[in-house]
Amino acid sequence: MTSGISNNQADAGLESRHLLDVRDLATRFATAEGYVQAVNGVSFHIDEGEILGLVGESGCGKSVTSLSIMRLVPNPPGEITRGSVLFEGRDLQKISEREMRRVRGGSIGMIFQEPMTSLNPVLTIGRQITEAIEVHLDLKRASARNRAVEILDRVGLPDPRRRFDDYPHQLSGGQRQRVMIAMAISCNPRLLIADEATTALDVTIQAQILELLQSLCEEFRMALLIITHNLGVVARYAQRVAVMYAGKIIETGAADQIYSAPRHPYTAGLLSSVPRLDAAVGARLTPIEGEIPDLANLPPGCAFEPRCRWAVDRCRAESPGLIHVEPGHDAACWEYERVALDLAANRQRS
Amino acid sequence: MTSGLSRPDSPDTPGASRPEEGEVAPFDGPTLAVRDLRVHFPITSGFLLRRQTGTVKAVDGLSFDIAPGETLGLVGESGSGKTTTGRAILQLQRPTSGSVEFRGVELTSMSAAKLRPLRSEMQIIFQDPYGSLNPRMSAGRIIGEPLAVHGLAGDKNQRRERVAELLGRVGLNSAMMDRYPHEFSGGQRQRIGIARALAGEPSFIVCDEPVSALDVSIQAQILNLLSDLQDEFNISYLFIAHDLSVVRHISDRVAVMYLGKIMELATSAELYENPMHPYTRALMSAVPIPDPRLERQRERIVLEGDMPSPINPPSGCVFRTRCPIATEECAGVVPELTERSPGHRVACIKV
Repeated sequence: MTSGISNNQADAGLESRHLLDVRDLATRFATAEGYVQAVNGVSFHIDEGEILGLVGESGCGKSVTSLSIMRLVPNPPGEITRGSVLFEGRDLQKISEREMRRVRGGSIGMIFQEPMTSLNPVLTIGRQITEAIEVHLDLKRASARNRAVEILDRVGLPDPRRRFDDYPHQLSGGQRQRVMIAMAISCNPRLLIADEATTALDVTIQAQILELLQSLCEEFRMALLIITHNLGVVARYAQRVAVMYAGKIIETGAADQIYSAPRHPYTAGLLSSVPRLDAAVGARLTPIEGEIPDLANLPPGCAFEPRCRWAVDRCRAESPGLIHVEPGHDAACWEYERVALDLAANRQRS
Repeated sequence: MTSGLSRPDSPDTPGASRPEEGEVAPFDGPTLAVRDLRVHFPITSGFLLRRQTGTVKAVDGLSFDIAPGETLGLVGESGSGKTTTGRAILQLQRPTSGSVEFRGVELTSMSAAKLRPLRSEMQIIFQDPYGSLNPRMSAGRIIGEPLAVHGLAGDKNQRRERVAELLGRVGLNSAMMDRYPHEFSGGQRQRIGIARALAGEPSFIVCDEPVSALDVSIQAQILNLLSDLQDEFNISYLFIAHDLSVVRHISDRVAVMYLGKIMELATSAELYENPMHPYTRALMSAVPIPDPRLERQRERIVLEGDMPSPINPPSGCVFRTRCPIATEECAGVVPELTERSPGHRVACIKV
């Protein structure tokens, strides 16, 4: 908040050719041990019809990033301290709460992991969807109902006309999540934020839902931000990827670049930790040693340094920002060249 | 403490932590032999006059063996009966019918008291490493308790020593013995759960979704630890999980379950190279591989609808309502799990 300079810069750069353009977003939480910087200067963008995967493990700040975009960070204890969120040319951080309410559930849809906490238990699922449609699309009740039934059918809820009057508790977990998705897409959002939206679902249901979301991107040029820890889901659906660690994006690029030639040791470590369905039998995983860092207690230099086998003195002293490594591909690592060479040599050996 | 459940032949000599030779009888058959295992839960209705109005066939006729030092993976979606299978094998849930032989000994007819001494040899690791550890007990006590209950480690000092050794074996510092579960991370808690299972010197462990709640980078640490322990102690695992990539990685053979039945059983290599059952093929295709180039070429089979309710399962083949190749015939015949090539069994009349 103290730096008037960065605010001015955000104002000056208000124009964006992207649908969503997040710049230098930072969010902190007040805790008993002092401030915890959950999101620490995150920048990324999404274009129309594009699917971006935001990947990271628990506590990396990926969910707080999405809540900050939507201005849903509980305050107190949370507080967005800097940055701008340009959506369709407007800075969502600057508009009124009233305008923001029209954006939420209207031009930006959201799906969270916990459907039970996001659904109102005393309203029928049909009413919850038509309410949003009536508000955002300005339809009369009967046509809103038709649209809701149509969308419930589209997300694969069996017998939608009959289930329309069910309450959330009468549905299974997978069905509730489909209702959430129906609500999120009912108003033709330009951007859909799916925060671990399919994590709790069975894999065959996850595939149904993600195929549907992908088809919406293709048909209506909807943009999709998939926030997940699942590297497979991102590989299958996302064109571009951003990897988060300890509140920062540590690597970003086209999906092909990130998966076939990662430059950040954390990205490489994640990829070698995941068992692959197509791996040879008996292949051994290479885990990342150590534990996920405590945000209240980050090392002074690079947050990944304590777990990194490429770390040098500089990494302990100075935290790296994103470095341009090839067109469209950035990595926050001082030693990215050495990392890339070592990884390439490893691949050749195996 | 140790005398509470002491056995006539428990070693008086302190430090002898292994039971007597006679305790673990020499046995060269499979560690576990399961035959036609069924677990049916009654559905009752009415308040004063409770009567049974239906049955949930959670597990419906499973048969398989697990060899010493082998891992059998059990994969399936929620409601497939995989967790109930694990519990029924350990007699934590008494099966409705069928046979479970552990090292040649039939468990299903055994009383709880008779089972107790066998329990140290058959262990379980749970998904939620927090929910399965008593928050009021230190890590040392959690791991030491099975040693005391089964009389495996002499006096208190020897027990402490053994606990320290177990902590070290699962990659924790023995100085952490006096800490409580909330002071550990998820991965560390799962290591404590593994140390507790290991304390009984088991020859068989049911691993029920042991890495599902963990972060990706921590999952790999735990999977590697489980593999190392198996190599070192020749333990058999029944590895239950919903994630086919994880199951395939750790298992020698994999059984694919759907609505209480095994649809396909094959070696891990064969299952990936030559999946035959339409459900296995759909499941496999739904699992994304972290490789965008490969993903673009993969066949995608998207199943319609949800898994049917186990209260009212479809007639004939339970998968037929979502099966892309089902015909009328499938409604009339319950497909047998038949061997198609050595070690590869499939329950489908269409393939």
